[in-house]
Amino acid sequence: MINNSYLSSFRGPWTLLKKELLRFWRVAFQTVAAPVITALLYLLIFSHALESHVHVYDGVPYTSFLVPGLIMMSVLQNAFANSSSSLIQSKVMGNLVFVLLTPLTHLQFFIAFLFAAIIRGLVVGLGIYLVAMWFVDIHVTNFWMVFAFALLGSALLGTFGIIAGIWADRFDQMAAFQNFIIMPLSFLSGVFYSIHSLPPFWQKLSQLNPFFYMIDGFRYGFFGKGDVSPLISLSIVGASFLVLAMITLKMLKSGYKLRA
Amino acid sequence: MKPAIQINGVHKSFGGLQALKGVDLTIAQGEFFALLGPNGAGKSTLISILAGLIKPSAGNISVMGFDVVNQYQQARQLLGIVPQELVFDPFFNVREMLRFQAGYFGRGPENDAWVDEILEGLGLADKAHVNMRKLSGGMKRRALIAQALAHKPPVIVLDEPTAGVDVELRQMMWEFIKKLNREGHTIVLTTHYLEEAETLCSRVGMMKQGEIVALDSTANLLNKFAGKQLRLTLGNVSLPANIQALLRNQENGIYTFALSDMTQIELVLSSLRAAEIKVLDMQLNEADLEDVFMSLVGVSSVSKS
Repeated sequence: MINNSYLSSFRGPWTLLKKELLRFWRVAFQTVAAPVITALLYLLIFSHALESHVHVYDGVPYTSFLVPGLIMMSVLQNAFANSSSSLIQSKVMGNLVFVLLTPLTHLQFFIAFLFAAIIRGLVVGLGIYLVAMWFVDIHVTNFWMVFAFALLGSALLGTFGIIAGIWADRFDQMAAFQNFIIMPLSFLSGVFYSIHSLPPFWQKLSQLNPFFYMIDGFRYGFFGKGDVSPLISLSIVGASFLVLAMITLKMLKSGYKLRA
Repeated sequence: MKPAIQINGVHKSFGGLQALKGVDLTIAQGEFFALLGPNGAGKSTLISILAGLIKPSAGNISVMGFDVVNQYQQARQLLGIVPQELVFDPFFNVREMLRFQAGYFGRGPENDAWVDEILEGLGLADKAHVNMRKLSGGMKRRALIAQALAHKPPVIVLDEPTAGVDVELRQMMWEFIKKLNREGHTIVLTTHYLEEAETLCSRVGMMKQGEIVALDSTANLLNKFAGKQLRLTLGNVSLPANIQALLRNQENGIYTFALSDMTQIELVLSSLRAAEIKVLDMQLNEADLEDVFMSLVGVSSVSKS
């Protein structure tokens, strides 16, 4: 019987991933095009207003500096939005029960939601890059660094989105997560400035923000320079992901808020 | 042969509330079983434990020998549950939902013929490409049933499947479910419509305040608890003491007696004659599950409302 075959045990999580991908792709105008436009508006306005005022790295124009930060910020925000909004919507609508009734394990559930979030993040990031490269002089100098940070960053935020989606019971609680955690952390992470331009106290504070390492490391892949060593950043981001993934798996395994 | 569902000493408390107080129940493979009870009796809690949506405080449930907690993958593979709430995923159409649902259970394109059969059987074939959001309430209910069947489970549980569903759909749905039962699927349903349970199910369990208060074949229950109902119009009289125990109801001079066998008619009538009470009118009715339900659970079901 096909039930016990290797193929069918793989098909369960694959189906859930496919469903999660289709869910955002069906409304790509809202989930992909909109964040790309938003990022380009930031780029247009900030580069126009600040290009001649802000000095970041030697030999790097402010507009070029801005692009990787904006890409990474969008990657992170969209990875978070994908898993969190999918979960809160299916919880509020009640259709999460269709997944809870299946033999999918907590690990398979996690992997499907994680990869959907990563892919949404990467698609949005790639979209911004593809549009911005026509206007801004920007080159990837270390592809693997760019890829590693985009992957780990979206994985970290996708996981965080799963936690938020499981925890929140209502849309306003989810909005609080977005507005009071994700937005401040991403805006205060050095997307729009190098933290070396900050007073020492704020520099120290920025170093407690995990978003700072993701953006700084990602930017390193473009310019070959950053505020801290990319290896330190990579370790911090990787370790944060592992910790959050462990917490998420524990929540899912215990059935926290999903199975009474 | 392992039982389709085996429930052993299941308790469940929510805070201070004891929703289930030690339920034991065995449902054999191939049965068409009804679980009845008023709201709050614990039917849905029991089904949620079976489905793995709620954990029992004590006791265990197995599906064809697989424990729903420790061997949940095998147990769920064998189980199709139709949830009570009319839930749907607004992003997809009916066929997509059914394919996804089968896919979660590891079934791929080889399952498509079965999906077509479900769509046909539940009258959804012409709605296969309609988005779930755009379906009427009745159609959504059908889609919900279809989703539970998508992986062709041998044990099917329907939690209040016909609440708010029109007569035509109910008949169509039951025809299809009866067909599945004939093909060997075990069917368990909870319902408020007692006449449905009476016509469809071979065995009935009745729950009250977290316990099973009756469990027998439908025929036995009908015989045992209220074989016949004798309605006598007597006017305002005082009944002889020896037949008071048979009295179930008294309203406007009409007395309803529950008789377990026909010889009791003679007892009632002779006692009345001895007390010189005149019978103005007489009616003899077959009992239905509603009467059993009334006498056991002590409240009327909502089937007539």
